[in-house]
Amino acid sequence: MDSSSGEPMLPAARQAWLDAQQAGWGDPARLHRPGRLAAQALDQAREVVAATVGARPDEVIFTASEAHANQAAIAGLAVGRRRVGSRIVTTAVDHSSALAAAAATGYHTAVEVDHDGHVDLERWAAAVHAPGTAAACIQVANHEVGTMQPYADAAQICQRADVPLMLDATSALGRIDLAEASGWSVLTGWAGAFGGPTSVGILVIKKNVRWRAPYLTDDYQDGRWPGVPDVPAIYSAAVALDCWVRSGRAVGDRQHDLVDRLRTEIVQRVPDVDVAGDPVRRVPHLLTFSVLYVDGETLTLELDQAGFAVASGSACSASSEHPSHVLAAMGALTHGNVRVGLTWTTSAEEIDRFLAVLPPIVAQIRSTVGAS
Amino acid sequence: MSETSPTFEGLSLDCRGMKCPRPIIEIARRIREVSVGALVELLADDPAAGPDLAAWCRMRGQTLVASDPPRFLVRRES
Repeated sequence: MDSSSGEPMLPAARQAWLDAQQAGWGDPARLHRPGRLAAQALDQAREVVAATVGARPDEVIFTASEAHANQAAIAGLAVGRRRVGSRIVTTAVDHSSALAAAAATGYHTAVEVDHDGHVDLERWAAAVHAPGTAAACIQVANHEVGTMQPYADAAQICQRADVPLMLDATSALGRIDLAEASGWSVLTGWAGAFGGPTSVGILVIKKNVRWRAPYLTDDYQDGRWPGVPDVPAIYSAAVALDCWVRSGRAVGDRQHDLVDRLRTEIVQRVPDVDVAGDPVRRVPHLLTFSVLYVDGETLTLELDQAGFAVASGSACSASSEHPSHVLAAMGALTHGNVRVGLTWTTSAEEIDRFLAVLPPIVAQIRSTVGAS
Repeated sequence: MSETSPTFEGLSLDCRGMKCPRPIIEIARRIREVSVGALVELLADDPAAGPDLAAWCRMRGQTLVASDPPRFLVRRES
């Protein structure tokens, strides 16, 4: 249950990857048959992504990861708009790769969020309208707590201010209908988030946008991302996205109900738990909660012993000394944190079992540290 | 553990060097030593101490009076 940093490849995506290794292995820039087949597969993948986000196929670029896509989006907008200024506006809860890219660009304004993680639109407007703002960045939904941002309103504010917006759709692609979303200039995503290969990032740059490649490029992907594209991985990513768009609605509804159940029952079964994020306006599959007086690393390892792979935003269990910036910005408890990401196949029985094993694990850890 | 700092007269908990959740466990354990309305000083330098103390106060109905890491002041409300 750790799909927040990538869910296992969907069977159809894995099969598509194998098939494409047979037929689509060629360099799509070559004129021979394997090259042409690869070029066709690449075109199909662009069409799937374009239709999902309401863009044109030639606006779709495939990068190597979510971090690469976010960095390319922000740094490229900053280069394109350097005459205007170098301020990048983000929310306080954006993905760390977007925050790092914004900080590296020059002036970074991170707009505060409320207790559920929603950006404050008045402060957003003030920051976007401030002189010298090169670009802004917001998520459709947060990757840790699932809260959906008021991204349509935020986009309108950017349009009025004539500031290009990067929309990070990573946690939402395939789960939230974005075909009608408008007002963004650059959109990013990542195939690992929807059961495609982890090696495929998605970058969609609208045609009229002043974006300049902030790195050296070549002839591939219209000079927007260098190197021969990994066509089998890209094709497989498109098949995974297509699975969600075509038949993921029922899965999403089930995930939404299962997370509702977790949200309700965890606080009934375990005292002193802080459940984070918007309970209603959220992506279906993500849930974050923190258990008072419990160390996140111990909790993660105990749950692993019990057969549950979960993530954690607590400092000791993450890869840094600092706790999750998302939880800290929301004023949520950061220690004892558990981040659950349901996958395509997570069942009600697994949720039952999780709810059964969690209370005794927490009680045991609390008694060990002398807290109750 | 409970040395009184030169500027603070009352219960002071020196949790510097401890990782969260330890400082929070300490204040939860010891806050009942002061009467309702009194202040407790917590010294904690773990980066999670600020957000976690604020969250603990919210969850437990206490008031975070001052947050100036590594020094925090909490008023016992219940």
